[in-house]
Amino acid sequence: MKINQNVRLSCPIPIQQYPHVLMAHGGGGKLMHQLIEQMFVPTFSNQTLNVRHDAAAIAIHGQNLAFTTDSYVVHPLFFPGGDIGSLAVNGTVNDLAMAGARPLYLSAGFILEEGLPMETLWQVVQSMQQAAKVANVQIVTGDTKVVDRGKGDGIFINTAGIGVLEYPQSIAPQSVQPGDVVLLNGDLGRHGMAIMAIREGLEFETTIASDSAPLADLVLTLLAAGIELHCLRDLTRGGLASALNEIAEAAGVEIAIAEAQIPVHEEVQGACEILGFDPLYVANEGRFVAFVPEKDAKRALAIMRSHASLKAPSDQPTNHACAIGTVTGKAPGIVKMKSKIGAQRIVDMLSGEQLPRIC
Amino acid sequence: MCDRSKPTNLNHPTMKFVDEYRDATAAQHYATAIAQITTRPWAIMEICGGQTHSIVKFGIDALLPQEITLIHGPGCPVCVTPIELIDQAIAIASLPDVIFCSFGDMLRVPGSHADLLIVKAKGGDIRIVYSPLDVLKIAQTNPTKQIVFFAVGFETTAPATAMLVYQAHQQGIKNLSLLVSHVLVPPAMETILAAPHNQVQGFLAAGHVCTVMGYTEYDAIAQTYHVPIVVTGFEPVDILQGVYLCVKQLEQGQAQVENQYARSVRQSGNHLAQKLMREVFVIVPRQWRGIGEIAQSGLDLRDAYANFDATKRFNLPTTSATEASECISGLILQGVKKPHECSAFGTHCTPEHPLGAPMVSSEGTCAAYYRYRQQPRGMGGLDENKSER
Repeated sequence: MKINQNVRLSCPIPIQQYPHVLMAHGGGGKLMHQLIEQMFVPTFSNQTLNVRHDAAAIAIHGQNLAFTTDSYVVHPLFFPGGDIGSLAVNGTVNDLAMAGARPLYLSAGFILEEGLPMETLWQVVQSMQQAAKVANVQIVTGDTKVVDRGKGDGIFINTAGIGVLEYPQSIAPQSVQPGDVVLLNGDLGRHGMAIMAIREGLEFETTIASDSAPLADLVLTLLAAGIELHCLRDLTRGGLASALNEIAEAAGVEIAIAEAQIPVHEEVQGACEILGFDPLYVANEGRFVAFVPEKDAKRALAIMRSHASLKAPSDQPTNHACAIGTVTGKAPGIVKMKSKIGAQRIVDMLSGEQLPRIC
Repeated sequence: MCDRSKPTNLNHPTMKFVDEYRDATAAQHYATAIAQITTRPWAIMEICGGQTHSIVKFGIDALLPQEITLIHGPGCPVCVTPIELIDQAIAIASLPDVIFCSFGDMLRVPGSHADLLIVKAKGGDIRIVYSPLDVLKIAQTNPTKQIVFFAVGFETTAPATAMLVYQAHQQGIKNLSLLVSHVLVPPAMETILAAPHNQVQGFLAAGHVCTVMGYTEYDAIAQTYHVPIVVTGFEPVDILQGVYLCVKQLEQGQAQVENQYARSVRQSGNHLAQKLMREVFVIVPRQWRGIGEIAQSGLDLRDAYANFDATKRFNLPTTSATEASECISGLILQGVKKPHECSAFGTHCTPEHPLGAPMVSSEGTCAAYYRYRQQPRGMGGLDENKSER
């Protein structure tokens, strides 16, 4: 059959300036958002997707559900404070929690590399089961694929999750109001720097452990206490800075935060100083921001601080939930920060990957 | 609602040498002192990109009286590496059986047609290293590959490169070579001072460069051009104290070399590091991207170590390098213009699409202005493919 080369069967590629996928397209910053905004959302466009939340809110026969998915490709598979298995459960549980849902069921899809020690897989699977038990969810379906040696990185995991929305309030960027207080449930940057340290063989005086933790119970406790939660967002890739920018943009507001209020543990700060990283952009796996009206802020903070999920293991110092800023008004997506010495600056979304500097 | 005067102090003691130099009270103390002694306009250049980054990130310039202008200097190693060399790096990194090792922030610097991240995406084996000695391990564990290290940086990183070459030579390592582009600060300062449009009246010298080299070589510059030079650190209080000392000299008509960064810098520097640099390197003229050739401003491998020179080992095409025509990075690097005076700033030139190197590195002036001063245009987001996950 003769094919007419001039005939294009599909639309032009929406992202012309990058002929190849770069690591930054999965990095949580501007390139990933360009990919989402210019390729995924316009192509799959529908009312549910267009809300752009961590989890999609769907109604089936009158029952309000939250649905989400996430893939895990972390290297190394085991790291201080967690492993790919617990991360794959907690990450998806947290995406459901950020919609205010009670997580119920997860799926687990495994892409395994030929030659992976069975012992390693067993450890990961046990860790997943343990994490599911802690988060009070069941892994109810799954899939297994094996790829040729060299075509995977040991284990990749995809989990999808379903939760039930028990509270009527709309927890989404669109609900954010001027005057809302921004609460953060603990110190920043542990997960990203824990992975960085072990991946790159960096040695510090003490081990930085990931903050990976399920957040659903804390969110449900806040909801049960009648806290008016306007928006929640977990601070994964791209860190606090990217999460706040996403919300500011989607809500059409200006957010002002104070650097002196943002807790960063000494080891994380030290590692960031050495590498030229900014903790505001470093990934977390057990941290989220909550936008609440001022009337509820004190009470919400007290609940966050007393909640068991924030009781750190004995070898780690206690974390403190904190109010880090406020929504100062309607504006087209701006995040401002008062620096430690008192000057104002913009906090932008992450551009590309954070790359270690030269000196 | 929550009072955390020392935010990094969770259960640990205050971080030594960081928190106390970011203290708002101390910063305000120096800002007030500067205002009190300033009687007329002064233009002071901070040499190092790390200092520029701190100034913009913490808003240090906002604390200064209107009379004081801070001019951002050329001390960003990523920014001044010639485009021809980036093109050579890209050519080498694209070869099969090569492992190309580089500091992280070189990867995004635009060459004529691509950057190293694009080469990596196309399959080039490019690895980020934190110390040049990491390259030695890579060479030892990959005997069938050619390992190439992109050796860039000022006097700060040159000793570590020298150590790599020295050890590789001692150990008889054959599969390692370097693309060397080390540059020296004092000749660049002289070039700036000698330029007809020079506005710089005083310098904050780069603290970490002086940690290696000491500061005796600045005496001649201070005397010849009658400029005060204050060796300065990188934290807000360091920089404000450096500005204070510099303004004080200017107001008194003095032109001395002073050391604000005494907790790190000794007058004669680090002798061992200097000895190693002399052993391995020879001083040569060097092209500075955006500025041009500066005599005696670069380091290259001595003849005894010439077998480690990647430009001799690989048959590199002679390319005609092309800079983006809109980019005014040369004027930015010389402190003649500020980023927002460039028509491409924030429009055609962003950290995702840099036209010039100062938009790339965290130490680049344009990147610092873009990140901390430009109004962001964030986009909404879904949640896919987490790299730390």
